[in-house]
Amino acid sequence: MAEEQKPETPAKPAAHAPKPPPAAPVAPWEGELPDSVKQQFGEAILEASVSLGQSYLAVKPEAVISVLEFLRFEKDFDYLVDVTAVDYPQRAERFDIVYILYSFSRNERIRVKTRIAADRQPESAVDVYLTANWLEREVFDMFGIRFANHPDMKRILLPDEWQGHPLRKETSILAMDNHWVKENLGIESGQ
Amino acid sequence: MPDTTFLDATELVLNMGPQHPSTHGVLRVILKLDGEKVIGTECVIGYLHRGVEKIAENRTYAMFAPYVDRMDYVAAVSNGLGYCLAVEKLLSVEAPPRAQAVRVTLTELNRIASHLLWLGTHALDIGAITPLFYTLREREEVLKIFEKYCGARLTTHAFRIGGLQYEIYEDFERDVNAFCDMFLPKVDEYEELLTNNRIWRRRLIGVGILKAEDCKQYGVTGPVLRAAGVKWDIRKALPYSGYEKYDFEIPTARNADTYDRYVVRMAEMQQSVRIIRQAVAGIPEGPIMAKVPKVIKPPVGEAYVSIEAPKGELGYFVVSDGSTQPYRVRIRPPSFVNLQALDRMCRGALVADVVAIIGTIDIVLGEIDR
Repeated sequence: MAEEQKPETPAKPAAHAPKPPPAAPVAPWEGELPDSVKQQFGEAILEASVSLGQSYLAVKPEAVISVLEFLRFEKDFDYLVDVTAVDYPQRAERFDIVYILYSFSRNERIRVKTRIAADRQPESAVDVYLTANWLEREVFDMFGIRFANHPDMKRILLPDEWQGHPLRKETSILAMDNHWVKENLGIESGQ
Repeated sequence: MPDTTFLDATELVLNMGPQHPSTHGVLRVILKLDGEKVIGTECVIGYLHRGVEKIAENRTYAMFAPYVDRMDYVAAVSNGLGYCLAVEKLLSVEAPPRAQAVRVTLTELNRIASHLLWLGTHALDIGAITPLFYTLREREEVLKIFEKYCGARLTTHAFRIGGLQYEIYEDFERDVNAFCDMFLPKVDEYEELLTNNRIWRRRLIGVGILKAEDCKQYGVTGPVLRAAGVKWDIRKALPYSGYEKYDFEIPTARNADTYDRYVVRMAEMQQSVRIIRQAVAGIPEGPIMAKVPKVIKPPVGEAYVSIEAPKGELGYFVVSDGSTQPYRVRIRPPSFVNLQALDRMCRGALVADVVAIIGTIDIVLGEIDR
């Protein structure tokens, strides 16, 4: 593998770090599948790359559901493995939403990624994959990303009345909803 | 509740759990009933939420490894393997062949231990007490091997990023082979107790059907998917840790009901013995650790790696920002995703069947709630 030392996110502020850490090499993803997706969606596909032997598509947020539909019904990616998010608070489009897809017939796993701003509500993927229901609820619970047109958009792991979203980077690992704990458990703090 | 509840004379909302022995932990299921018939369910989960993914962001890569054992605590070895493989992927290193053979041996032993616990408790839920004593007796032998190998029985922390911490002990091969010889006839013993047992069959056949199409829609994997006739196993489809070298079958069944899942898991245990025998016979000489730096700092990037855990696809999505701590670790637990199909499987069934269906999905709440 060629040792390309190019950072994945070029817009990284270099103020606090004198030298950016090395990055895993990223190569363009070539083949029939990325070509047909690019042909179908044109500019909505921002990137089709392979990194560490795993291929992914970076997609504009408004096109995600139609890309998923295309992959599901035209390209036979019939299994949604996971939906998750990654928080980059210093970015304008704060969250990465990552969909991991697998196709039984092609025996291929790909990722579809998109970036959304904190005030945006991405479209729910439940109409395309039923699995997305609980997975998106968990993303909402942990990151506070509300999915539009989700049949049951509420918390899943934390109590419904809980305040705060623990996997956001600004939430400290010790942070908790003290009010909820006091009210419901009758103790000052769970720590 | 899936449909809006209107309480009339025939409808009843019943809380099952979280403190109910047949929910295998702290699962709460809100049942909407019409007499004995289930017309809708809602799962309430999260009672065991410990914020494992948040902890990961505040620990170094090596420090986080013991935490993953606490998710699916009956299959801790599988959890550890998945995490190590994901970090190794980010580091672009591979465990040496000797470490891989030991990893496969221990992981398959753990699959047997996990399936044994499932079998015992599932049978207990249905009303058969005897199998539990038998399965725990055999599971004990597996745990003894773990204890001799790494000092722990359940939360083993057996593997390290890049290979193994411990060399196998002197009689490891002998112990494992002795277990295999002892165990295979025991499977027949369980089958004698259950397979043609009239009560067992009447309680399981045709209960909790989830067809292949629905499995894919709900993302259900593992024995539940294979019982629906889909011959899919990550060990074969996307092999890891040298599984491609071993000769084994993927057991499947056709009827997609609770009984077929029992048949599939029983056959899986026998296949695991087959893999263990091959792996332990061919443990190559050589180092047990790949070249991994003392301070693990993977290059900036992200990777998703999944393994076939006893319960289905267990995946780790790890994002590195080039520092010593992971930027994000997402754990894709099989139980969490499989449990989502509970509502579909329970509709139209009887209350007693709900117990059987929860048992047949084989959930572990530690993994669902993380």
